[in-house]
Amino acid sequence: MFNNRLHMVKKLDNAQKSTQLEKNEVKIGLEIHVQLTALNTKLFCGCTADYRGREPNSFVCPVCLGLPGSLPVLNKRAVDLAMMVAIALNSQISPRMIFYRKNYFYVDMPKNFQISQYDKAGGIPLSIGGWVDFEVNGAVKRVRIIRLQLEEDPARLFYQGTIDSSPYTLVDYNRAGISLLEIVTEPEIKSADEARLFLQKLRSIIEHLGVSNGALQGSMRCDANISLHGGKRVEIKNISSFLEVKRALQYEIIRQKQLLRRKSTVEQETRHWDADRRITISLRTKETESDYRYFPEPDLVPVEISKTWINEIQSKLPELPDARKARLVKEFDIPEYDAGVLTSSKALADFFEECCHLYPDAKKISNWIMTDLTRYLKELGIEISEAKIKPEHFIDMLKLIDEGEISGKIAKKVLNEIVRTGESPREIIQKENLIKISDKAKILKIIDKVFEEFPKAVQDAKTDQNAINYLVGQVMNKTKGKADPGITNKLIRKKLAEHPTA
Amino acid sequence: MIKVTKNPTISKKQVEHVAWLARIELTEDEKEAFTKQLNEILDYFKKIDEIDTSNIKPTFHVLDLVNVLRDDKIEPSLSKEDALKNAPQKEDSFIKAPKIL
Amino acid sequence: MVNYNELTCHELKEKIDNQEVSSEEVINSIFDRIDKIESKIHAYISLFRDSALQDAKVIDSQIKKGETVGRLSGIPIAIKDVMCTKGKFTTCGSRILENYIPPFDATVVERVKKEDAIIIGKTNMDEFAMGSSTENSAFGYSSNPWELNRVTGGSSGGSAAALAADETILALGSDTGGSVRCPASFCSVVGLKPTYGLVSRYGLVAYANSLEQIGPMTKDVTDCALLLSIINGNDHCDSTSAPFQNKSYMNALVSDVKDFTLGIPKEFFGEGTEKAVEKGVWDAIHKFEDLGANYNEISMPHIAYSIPTYYLIAMSEASSNLARFDGVRYGFRAEKSEADWDEVFGITRQKGFGAEVKRRIILGTFALSAGYYDKYYLKALKIRTLIKNDFEKALSKHSALITPTMPTTPFKIGEKIENPLSMYMGDIDTVPINLAGVPAISIPCGFVNNLPIGMQIIGRFFDEETILRIAYTYEQNTPFHNEKPNL
Repeated sequence: MFNNRLHMVKKLDNAQKSTQLEKNEVKIGLEIHVQLTALNTKLFCGCTADYRGREPNSFVCPVCLGLPGSLPVLNKRAVDLAMMVAIALNSQISPRMIFYRKNYFYVDMPKNFQISQYDKAGGIPLSIGGWVDFEVNGAVKRVRIIRLQLEEDPARLFYQGTIDSSPYTLVDYNRAGISLLEIVTEPEIKSADEARLFLQKLRSIIEHLGVSNGALQGSMRCDANISLHGGKRVEIKNISSFLEVKRALQYEIIRQKQLLRRKSTVEQETRHWDADRRITISLRTKETESDYRYFPEPDLVPVEISKTWINEIQSKLPELPDARKARLVKEFDIPEYDAGVLTSSKALADFFEECCHLYPDAKKISNWIMTDLTRYLKELGIEISEAKIKPEHFIDMLKLIDEGEISGKIAKKVLNEIVRTGESPREIIQKENLIKISDKAKILKIIDKVFEEFPKAVQDAKTDQNAINYLVGQVMNKTKGKADPGITNKLIRKKLAEHPTA
Repeated sequence: MIKVTKNPTISKKQVEHVAWLARIELTEDEKEAFTKQLNEILDYFKKIDEIDTSNIKPTFHVLDLVNVLRDDKIEPSLSKEDALKNAPQKEDSFIKAPKIL
Repeated sequence: MVNYNELTCHELKEKIDNQEVSSEEVINSIFDRIDKIESKIHAYISLFRDSALQDAKVIDSQIKKGETVGRLSGIPIAIKDVMCTKGKFTTCGSRILENYIPPFDATVVERVKKEDAIIIGKTNMDEFAMGSSTENSAFGYSSNPWELNRVTGGSSGGSAAALAADETILALGSDTGGSVRCPASFCSVVGLKPTYGLVSRYGLVAYANSLEQIGPMTKDVTDCALLLSIINGNDHCDSTSAPFQNKSYMNALVSDVKDFTLGIPKEFFGEGTEKAVEKGVWDAIHKFEDLGANYNEISMPHIAYSIPTYYLIAMSEASSNLARFDGVRYGFRAEKSEADWDEVFGITRQKGFGAEVKRRIILGTFALSAGYYDKYYLKALKIRTLIKNDFEKALSKHSALITPTMPTTPFKIGEKIENPLSMYMGDIDTVPINLAGVPAISIPCGFVNNLPIGMQIIGRFFDEETILRIAYTYEQNTPFHNEKPNL
């Protein structure tokens, strides 16, 4: 009977656990907007697509400003680049695609409708379906894509203070009309961290294709749809970089969990991510159901995408991250894990390969990149493409270690400097006098000093290995790490052996 | 006298909702007048239900044009002055719009 | 003493080229006429006296020097205020664009300027081209020169009135559901709606994108062919413009319709057609018979559904096209302190738009909205297919179709304006043409009680030559185009 009861308790326990899992289940779907920054011009007009850092409203025309009487004309190369992404994401390209008007009013809209695409009511977007495979905790996870579509970017808004306190809105239309590729995923992402890893893989794919530069501000943005068990679906907008996604999702998951715990309702709504204050704010002041009144854009004609066109694009497709990973393993004989980390960013993989052309030990390069280089970049809050370090300098540093000019420990310092300043390692070690001391006579002099200062340690050292390390450490202190540790160790032992007991 | 009113095709509430979708803040008089007029018009438009179009494709464009595309070549933009000239309110080089919240 | 403003373009051009008259004299003649009668007609919203004179002087000096000048050199042209003219007010007859000055020219404006035409002003119109009488203008109605208490027709009423009153030599209008042909008929001038896509829409402020075209409005068919010859042809700025190069239509001006077969669709002579109008058009048909053509009475069964089909499509497109008028980038903005964007947009559009525009935007929004899209918008597009097929069938067997342009002669000002539906019903003979996209021309074909009757000649896709030829033949054999109103 006891056994039965125990069995029942166990069963209940497990049952509770599984409902708890369901209760905590998070469903996240992402709507990613990628600017096709490789284009010269906007999606529907000939204004330059290079709008960053320009004076506001200095690169607009009747079309992107939405002046009455203006008409859109589609950029062919935008279709080419979008097709490349569709192919890379295993998405089925539509043989005939149409543009639709998405009608809604907002301050950033030049026409109060967006020329976009739709996948219902006869709408045909660029491509349907697809997937992205990426690694989560050592296992491969697949997130499916619903569709890819082309659309125009709205204008940029600026506020005096924050969005909810600004007495007016400042609008810059330089960005209005920029080509966006929208990628919509199924709600198959389960956590903020998964979202981050998914986006990292997606960005690597897109950068390997050469269609967009993720390092440019605002070039890859994200809206997230997130629902927790027991609550309605909330849309989070204005996540302006992939880095912000994890923060925004983490905040929102906590906010919703708290509401649900208090038995409050999580409304279906749209919320705005404020990156400065790191909170989401509700945007809708009244109960609204979005009615975009989609209908086909009458000022544009359909685009028929032939098999020939698709083949042309496919044949010129650059190497994608997964293929590159396999090649790096084969070509440079590095572990799969290393290759995975290196290809998580195109710039990083490029850096690695350039280094490999200058130096034979790929594993050594990989180790240094994955550990110290990555750490220093993170500390500075920059990506490798923004850092001043060049492959030649990186390799010079490795060579200096090989030649015995500097120790491994000093090299780490040097690397940090190179990343920050872009100076060559030789310049740095000259400047800061970091050259390794290998001169035995010099080291002996310092050892003598240390033996004088730490007699107890010297005594201990005769029997205790740790004490020897302590003495080596003191020599390193005095030489600011420049003394060759191997030589120092040998000389200390020799001295100890020569003078057994005082 | 009992006035028999048939079910309107579009109610006043619907007119209000649609006017909001179109961001036109109708006056009370307009709401009344438009509801009446729009019902008259829509009642006449009911005519279209007489035809069976179950096997007919819609005509979005009368010409069968496809693939009208342009090269990715930069064209001159408007000068900043021209871009801002008609804006009722501006600040520095920005166009000034009403507040969001 | 020649009143140069009373001549046609082809008559004047000869005199200007011969230096018999200077362009400056012509411009002065036009403005003298305007000074005299414009207060009665109100054909114009804006007049450009100074720049017109300046342009004229430049042309005159070029002609004197023997330099090559354009095909419209020194000829005054009036532009409906729905087309963008760079650096000059373009109001679309609306308060919401009262002070709007576009920084670019419409393509057609560029093309006529390139041929050295002189733009003398922007003509009055129903607000945003929504109307059939020019009574919906925010700047007041235009009066029909034939009888001042009657409407000019619309929406290009100002252009038609200016031509009829000799306040311009040439004019441009736009036609979404009859807006060139209706006023042409009511004012006894020539108006042509080209095949959809023949003339660029770049710079035409959109009302209904899939239905509208800019069309020449002139005193006779020769001028019409001339102006069409200049404005037609592919424009890379307009994705819906037909892929044909610019071409001349002057070879169409042949007075011969022998063995042409004309179709007479009975649905265009339906209930609501004035007896006098019916008679006037039938007299014209018999005239064609005398001239060697033959005709067949035919049926186009889906024409009866044209009005709801047209209005549902037009209003839906319009509701989206007019969304951009929110007072941020241009135009009128209502003032309300402490108001957020939502409120400011709402009040701006309430104050800035007239009643008819507001009605159409609301109806159009409704027709596209969730739950109604299939029932209204999509249904209309399907009936459009049936109407287009009716035209293709009829035109496959006939050179052209002959119908009245309008079911009535011009009605009195104020007669229909309170009843929108009654106004819409007058479009029965013009809107089917826009739905199908085929070309059609309206020419004068008589008078009843001194009120003009217009005949509509409908042609095949891109066969403007045939309808111009038929129109020209008729004109050469009748006196109506020579009549002028008593002002």
